[in-house]
Amino acid sequence: MMDVSSEDLALIEIICGGLPLAARPYQVLGERIGMSEDEVIRRLQNLIDGGVIRRFGVIVQHRRLGYTANGMSVWNVPDQRVREIGQAMGRLPYVTLCYSRPRHLPDWPYNLFAMVHGAAREKVLEQVGEIAERLELKNVQHDVLFSRRQFKQCGARYGCKGKVDDEPCTLN
Amino acid sequence: MTNPARSIDLDATDRQIINALQGGLPICEHPYAVAATELGLQEDELIERLQALLESGALSRFGPMYHAERLGGGLTLAAMQLPDDDFERVNAIVNSFPEVAHNYARDHDFNMWFVLATETPERIGETLAEIEAATGHKVYDMPKSQEFYIGLRLEL
Repeated sequence: MMDVSSEDLALIEIICGGLPLAARPYQVLGERIGMSEDEVIRRLQNLIDGGVIRRFGVIVQHRRLGYTANGMSVWNVPDQRVREIGQAMGRLPYVTLCYSRPRHLPDWPYNLFAMVHGAAREKVLEQVGEIAERLELKNVQHDVLFSRRQFKQCGARYGCKGKVDDEPCTLN
Repeated sequence: MTNPARSIDLDATDRQIINALQGGLPICEHPYAVAATELGLQEDELIERLQALLESGALSRFGPMYHAERLGGGLTLAAMQLPDDDFERVNAIVNSFPEVAHNYARDHDFNMWFVLATETPERIGETLAEIEAATGHKVYDMPKSQEFYIGLRLEL
């Protein structure tokens, strides 16, 4: 893990709300925390290179743009093949996230999760069917969990740590 | 807090901007000018369009997404199986925890799914136990074992 200094944390905190819409946004941020533009740019690049910032870009509200259906597809694949299958799933264009997670037997048999987005449930189901077909998983136990209501979005914020790419606010 | 599904129309330029900038904003003195040039736009036009996209809710914000574990924090996905008639009570309790980052109802026996983001890895286990105690229901901890893909990009 890279060392994150108190100056880095100050920068992380100030940048949480988004990059200012000004011609020199890094200078604007720096002025707020007594840091030069050069230093902001250098530290930011360093945080990206060190993997503390996974991505620095626009965050899209997919629902508002018509991607109203999101399905969490879950699969019970053999443990020795989870990596191979997970990597293949992650390469499909409509899969936005793909992770393995532990099973909770007997209640929860699934160990591989892939988030699939579409404009409608039918489209998501069609895409999940395509995953099963292309990766030869039709005989593997699987299911799709559609989200029904969203109750809380990005409530957790201590500094910025609640805003994480791993389980993105806009994509669950 | 539900998020009403509302579709926003984007023109071709907006789509081009979003598609390009989901991947990243330049880190340099004049990032909007650099991005605008790549998109064949003027800097002013790009800034105005980004402002409008934020105001319409097409974009939630732009800036960094952090890697919780590398910042020293804890992160997990948790699920609960709740009877329909107890869902609202438990939902209110779960959402009252500041560690709960987002929470979704899903159509399944496992009908509540939420993400915990905590300042330290140790707080994950403690928070899960506190939620179990406060709600009287089992919480299934489903931390990530391996990560195969984090794309988060959709072509619009």
